[in-house]
Amino acid sequence: MPGGTAAVERVFREEYGRLIASLVRRFGDIDIAEEAAGEALVAALEKWPESGVPPNPGGWLTITAGNRAIDRIRREKQRDAKHQAAFMHYDDTPHEPTGPVEDDRLRLLFTCCHPALAPEARIALTLRLLGGLTVPEIAQAFLVPETTMAQRITRAKKKIAAAKVPYRVPEGADLPERLGGVLAVLFLVFNEGYLATGDGDPVRAELTGEAVRLTRVLRRLLPEEPEVAGLLGLLLLIEARREARVRNGQLVPLGEQDRVGWHRGLIAEGHDLVRECLAINRPGRYQILAAINAVHTDAPNASDTDWSQVVALYDQLTRLDPSPIVALNRAVAVAELDGPKVALTLIDRLPLTGYHAWHVARADMLRRLGRTAEAKDSYDAAIAATQNSAERAYLSRKRGELV
Amino acid sequence: MTHYLLTVHGPAEMDEFGNYGSKEEMEEAFATTGAFNEKLHADGYWVFAGGLQSASTATVVDGQGETPVVTDGPYLETKEVIGGFWVIDAPDLDVALKLAAEGSKACRGKVEVRPFDGLA
Repeated sequence: MPGGTAAVERVFREEYGRLIASLVRRFGDIDIAEEAAGEALVAALEKWPESGVPPNPGGWLTITAGNRAIDRIRREKQRDAKHQAAFMHYDDTPHEPTGPVEDDRLRLLFTCCHPALAPEARIALTLRLLGGLTVPEIAQAFLVPETTMAQRITRAKKKIAAAKVPYRVPEGADLPERLGGVLAVLFLVFNEGYLATGDGDPVRAELTGEAVRLTRVLRRLLPEEPEVAGLLGLLLLIEARREARVRNGQLVPLGEQDRVGWHRGLIAEGHDLVRECLAINRPGRYQILAAINAVHTDAPNASDTDWSQVVALYDQLTRLDPSPIVALNRAVAVAELDGPKVALTLIDRLPLTGYHAWHVARADMLRRLGRTAEAKDSYDAAIAATQNSAERAYLSRKRGELV
Repeated sequence: MTHYLLTVHGPAEMDEFGNYGSKEEMEEAFATTGAFNEKLHADGYWVFAGGLQSASTATVVDGQGETPVVTDGPYLETKEVIGGFWVIDAPDLDVALKLAAEGSKACRGKVEVRPFDGLA
């Protein structure tokens, strides 16, 4: 039924980021915004099942929540003059119901991803305030107790208020650097969903989906930024392969995936974004990663992959980001061009003995070189270094196949 | 506007050049810090600032009992102590962090930025 509880909750979740962002701009306080949004949800749950979902549910929630917040501020005004003074400070932008709603979300995203906040708090706040995920959902996603996650979020919100982290999109020279922090948070959220760290669900579609959704919002808000287009393209091209990535509880590596199971719509959209980035010609990390994934998704079969193109793109990425992790991924591509022996030499040089993907890559090269005993040890090290059940299952199978 | 305390952290033990390495470097740091102070005044952020004597000149007083207890030395025995500070009045944390970065470069030390809960 159109106005049922499930419908109300779905609308609320979809509208949450917009609603909170507009309330934060108006009242300058995250707690007030969250509380008012919660009260608006209660009101909607009472009203909508009878009267149906209003034609503009977001507008209805914004007006209702705004009224509740004003009521609360009036109540507090009588007993806490100092608290009130804090709100007044921010209350300098007039409320415009049809105004810069999208800009509000962008501002809040930059606040949530502020470099003065701890990295894990940035991710949690972004999911809470812009994604509308509940604290228990976020705690579960990152495998920490609910109380720990609640404290993390509370502490970050307190710092935002006390140290006055601004609600503002950075301007000029500050934007690229701060935008990098926002993109990093979105990519981390996606990655945690795509290869979950813990031993629960190996892939968490709600996290990958949320990261894609927020990146789409960012893309609409900053259409001129090629790195935003690059990140969206990258996420779409990886997300397109999600369904084909786990079979019978085992991770299926790219080369062994059934490409019929890839999502063609997402791939087409990702390829369009990569082409757009190429035309702008201001390459960056996410654009290059997107281009690498475009090469993979362009190949009808794994054997059709243009590996020289992949290696060339990794060379370009190395010039921007000479990190050992980029070098590891490059070495895996080099193996397809120059063979596992060359690749193994490159891999062995990298200071990544604590990183499970390093052991995985090493095990694979040793296996291909017929160095079975060493390969087994490497598979053992890789299995010990990951908690992800699907990856463990895949690695155990590969190890078991060695004779 | 919010008041922020910017504290400069440095080694507790100072040599004759205040850990700047040489006389020239020390004088240069004093000059750049002086210029930074003037900028804070000119741009309206300045509230108060000062450099401190070494931590070994500190005395701790506990007046909570019947008679005050006086102890030589700093309250915390650590390798890094506060060497100086600024109190600034800035519109938000982004401005405070920018100023802290300039101050850090000028005085050649790490700077901690902490908001005041209020000023008496």
